[in-house]
Amino acid sequence: MKIGITCPYSWDVPGGVQQHIRDLAEALIDEGHEVSVISPADDDTPLPPYVIGAGRAVPVPYNGSVARLSFGFLSVSRVRRWIKEGGFDVLHVHEPEIPSLSLLACWVASGPIVATFHTAIPRSRVLLVTYPVVRTGLEKINGRIAVSEAARTTLVEHIGGDAVVIPNGVATRRYRKADPLPGWPGPGGAIGFLGRLEEPRKGLPVLLKAFEILGPQRPGLRLLIAGPAADPGEVLHRVPAGLRDRVVLLGQVSEEDKVRVLHSVDVFCSPNTGGESFGIVTAEAMAAGVPIVGSDIEAFQQVLRGGEAGELFATGDAADLARAAGRLLDDPARRAALSAAALAAVADYDWSVVARAVLSVYETVVLGSTQVAVTASGSEFP
Amino acid sequence: MITDIVIIVAAALFIGVYVSWRAGRIDRLHARVDMARAALDATLLRRSSVALELATSGLLDPATSLLLAGAVHGTRGGDRPRDLAESDLTRALRAVFSQPDFRASLNGKEGADELLAEVEVAAHQVFLARKFYNDVVAATREARRRPLARVLRLSGRASAPEFFEMDDSLVAESSGAPLGL
Repeated sequence: MKIGITCPYSWDVPGGVQQHIRDLAEALIDEGHEVSVISPADDDTPLPPYVIGAGRAVPVPYNGSVARLSFGFLSVSRVRRWIKEGGFDVLHVHEPEIPSLSLLACWVASGPIVATFHTAIPRSRVLLVTYPVVRTGLEKINGRIAVSEAARTTLVEHIGGDAVVIPNGVATRRYRKADPLPGWPGPGGAIGFLGRLEEPRKGLPVLLKAFEILGPQRPGLRLLIAGPAADPGEVLHRVPAGLRDRVVLLGQVSEEDKVRVLHSVDVFCSPNTGGESFGIVTAEAMAAGVPIVGSDIEAFQQVLRGGEAGELFATGDAADLARAAGRLLDDPARRAALSAAALAAVADYDWSVVARAVLSVYETVVLGSTQVAVTASGSEFP
Repeated sequence: MITDIVIIVAAALFIGVYVSWRAGRIDRLHARVDMARAALDATLLRRSSVALELATSGLLDPATSLLLAGAVHGTRGGDRPRDLAESDLTRALRAVFSQPDFRASLNGKEGADELLAEVEVAAHQVFLARKFYNDVVAATREARRRPLARVLRLSGRASAPEFFEMDDSLVAESSGAPLGL
């Protein structure tokens, strides 16, 4: 299948949508499909062979922050040319409600169009204001995908119509192998945590309380904590003074270092107290094959297969977490078994599985339809 | 004796007249601030409505339209403070107008020239109105700061007027000539 994908945001800026598109495109290529992605990008940005740059994105205020988007008549003509030359069987636009390439692609294209909605931002009034202009584009979409239930709800409430929910995948390959950070995990063992330190629902306080119990019993045990914090000193202060030198805060880390962090610990802890719909960090840790101890919230029950692919503890209960983590630290055989089970379980969430779900949406919309072509819309732009 | 009384009365009279003249001046300045503020509000409102007209005119591609409409929407109250929301609209307009060959791309489209000119005039009026407003705010604040005004509380209960700061230039800092003006 020949697939054209549009990315609304600048390729050189890290972001969830860009990463989603990269992982999806690569999974589709692995399945033997021909994929072309058009994305805003600076001229000197090195791009993967399947990405076509649509010129420099312009930083503009949108929705209360500054986004780097592609709009205007030059972008229209670039998108037109890309569609004309691409000969795609299906056009897959991402975030078509954002004023950028995806909306333009909807406007100038005809034929099978699939759209993926990532975020849950209600922009109903603005959409209504410009409805005649935006409607032309959005009405051409044949199949709609939402990456989460929240995104689907927003879509239904503010734009109307429905969408199938296909969650993000995990690029399990990328997590499989990495060198541990120098000196980790160390002879006394190490427990890891990833996530925003001050977001209470991520549950770091529960882990710190549990470490107050575990630390004195196990003199060599250390905590490795990665994630952004407004005030790291304050976080460290919550740990009793005698244990503080055994808590290492790395701050925000790069994608590569994140994988290394996962390979640097004996046990990974997901102490979330709620608010997770899937638990992407936990799934990534599973893909790295690190034994996991997670709270028994619904999302983790599901991804950890009710405790088969990771140890579960009572949500918010530091003593129970300390017991569960201690048991794992003492039992290398149990850790190896959980690691193998986690690797097997996370395969269900791999991008190859997600890509097949997306493909079946493509297959549905191309039925009885012709190839993607350009329409008269925007033809006045050379 | 008589002359002393005459002098004291004259001095008291003079001081009274002077103080009431100062108080009247501060009062007039506050009134001018109110007028300048109303004028500034009117120009901002006018700019928003012309920008919205451009957004919905069908002259532009849907992405540009949506961008402008979003910025206009932000100026009509919401979570963002007024000065930031109006600056956002300026930046959105600037991003649209500073595209290379933007004008040429609209050549020959009906009503395009008039509408673009109207946006530019409206944006320029915001620039002027804000300048005048901040001038009179500066004068008022200066008058209120004088020792006599402070000691005798000549400004009464009126609070000191605030400057209105925003990005109001349709011209990108790097490029030279103003657009069409």
